[in-house]
Amino acid sequence: MTAASLPSSKPGGLKRLVERHPFLPALVIAIVLLALNGLYQPRSVSFAGITGLTKTYLALMMLAIAQTYVVYAGDIDLSAGAIVSLVNVVIVVTMEKLGGSGFSVVAALGIGLFVGLACGIINGIVVAALRLQAIVATFATSIFFTGLALYVMPVAGTPAPAAFWRTYGGRFFEIPFVYFAVALLAIVLYVLARTRLATQLLAVGDDAQAAYQSGLPVTKTRVQGYALCGLFAALAAFCITGDTASGDPLVGGKMTLFSVAAVVLGGSALSGGFGTVVGSIIGALIIGLINSLVFFVGTPSEWQNLVQGLAILVALMAGILVGRRARA
Amino acid sequence: MTAATQTPAAAPSPVLTFLKQPLVVALTLIAALLLLGEALSPGFASGQQILRLLIVAALLGIVAAGQNLVILGGREGIDLSVGGVVSLSAIIGGNLMNGADSGILPAILGCIAAGAVIGLFNGLGVTLLRIPPLVMTLGMLGVLQGLLVVIRNGIPSGRAAPGLSQFVTQPFLFGLPGIIWLWVAIGLLMAFMLGRTVFGHRIYAIGSNEQAAFMAGVPVKRTRIALFMLSGAFAAVAGMCLIGYSGSSFANVGEQYMLPSIIAVVFGGTPLSGGKGGYTGTMAGAVLLVVLQSILTTVHIDESGRQMVFGATLLILMLFYGRGRAMRA
Repeated sequence: MTAASLPSSKPGGLKRLVERHPFLPALVIAIVLLALNGLYQPRSVSFAGITGLTKTYLALMMLAIAQTYVVYAGDIDLSAGAIVSLVNVVIVVTMEKLGGSGFSVVAALGIGLFVGLACGIINGIVVAALRLQAIVATFATSIFFTGLALYVMPVAGTPAPAAFWRTYGGRFFEIPFVYFAVALLAIVLYVLARTRLATQLLAVGDDAQAAYQSGLPVTKTRVQGYALCGLFAALAAFCITGDTASGDPLVGGKMTLFSVAAVVLGGSALSGGFGTVVGSIIGALIIGLINSLVFFVGTPSEWQNLVQGLAILVALMAGILVGRRARA
Repeated sequence: MTAATQTPAAAPSPVLTFLKQPLVVALTLIAALLLLGEALSPGFASGQQILRLLIVAALLGIVAAGQNLVILGGREGIDLSVGGVVSLSAIIGGNLMNGADSGILPAILGCIAAGAVIGLFNGLGVTLLRIPPLVMTLGMLGVLQGLLVVIRNGIPSGRAAPGLSQFVTQPFLFGLPGIIWLWVAIGLLMAFMLGRTVFGHRIYAIGSNEQAAFMAGVPVKRTRIALFMLSGAFAAVAGMCLIGYSGSSFANVGEQYMLPSIIAVVFGGTPLSGGKGGYTGTMAGAVLLVVLQSILTTVHIDESGRQMVFGATLLILMLFYGRGRAMRA
């Protein structure tokens, strides 16, 4: 708006577009990566290839969504991965104890959602109500949650019942299950984006003091952000359980920092008040596409991690620079 | 607090002010934990045992020195790449020494140079490209972890020189190992730098109000780049000491220092918002963390219980330190 008043910098169409849809740079990066994937391995952009990619990275997408709601309010959740681990072992153990039937799966998923919600609320209370610093406080809760996960399942390896992972990897009416999950996710996100909570979270992240003075329940809103994060972390755990078909008390640990990276790649500001969930999903997809591209171009195995790391760093920097130019 | 507010002068009692200092809080907690440890398992607070704790704390404390500087510099300063630098330094140092005392000096120089260069990249990204430190150092961590895989596949992990191992683990002067003297020296150096030098004052200036510091002629960017380089260098020194402590490096040895180094800084009374605090408290914070971990390894509980108690205790301890301000209309 202010830019419009200056004579020389009349915002161009592209710039205004990026301003309105901050995930556009990420979308461009993702499409380029997808094209490169197709160039080096034509089969990767086939229906089966895309399905496989979605199946593998749906968990990271869910966790990136989880992280986004917390980042909206200017907070961060370093325990997101630990919640994934905890929910993963809880549902696998529940399904095993209840016999692995269809009912046991539903019951386990219900319990899993509850556990994720509870973890999120604990984080919210610790960070928003007790006013501890989010980075260190959620690191402390992540240790606690990891401890709980180890208590539920001391060593990795308990298999999930076939009823569960066959569904996740299977097809309904010739359409892979993951696409139903994606469609449902899209509806949920669409509804969530139109709730008061999303706006309130962004308002708190933009300027907590101003939000408070205009009568928003700042503490409650932040707790709700963390609660939502816990719920989506539980969904991420469902996906990862469907993908790996087993329980592992440490499975989510490495995902935390990737979820933060995905949020940043998607054009959201870590300082809060600005961002989109769609961007974070694309961010998670970018990480997945980088990983597969590095593999497809034939990078020697010992160099793969380095090239991935460099590519993600460059993408992070590019995303921030482009996003800032658009907003400046 | 309530007693103080009743007096119209509103001057909190000097005793209370003293007791609320982070350093005093940390030292009191350390003493309490040592007593608790001694009660749980006799011999916990013996001289030998305390010495061992101090060596472990020194490793964490040296990493935390750099972390402390970056955090003091404000603008959400944080360095998530320290863990990667520690691992990298351990493997570079191990190979440059390869078990020979003559290799110690080149190893130290090589490691510090590598750490400083990584810090330089972090600093350039944060200042010139204005990438948030959390994002920049997170990306750098990914790069370093990849670099470690490459190095590890190409060359063996290397061995510490006997001289270095001796320096870290054996009595060096007045019965204390060299690493503790090194840590004390770093502590004095940090106190001098932060309190008496222009550079130190600049750190506090950019940490508390970057705009004002810039107006007053502080070279903000150069100072911040220097902070990240120092952070890399300190992490590299810690990596060298770590390989002296363990003999050889193994995969991702440094990872265990990433977030604990931040917690040590917070326990030392430096808020993550920067601009105030210092290193003396951080040293106490590092000892506090290590004593706490050590108590949990002495009592006989499962790994799961240990982690739960550790996480919960960290949260409770955090309540003693700078909590955010409540919202006021």
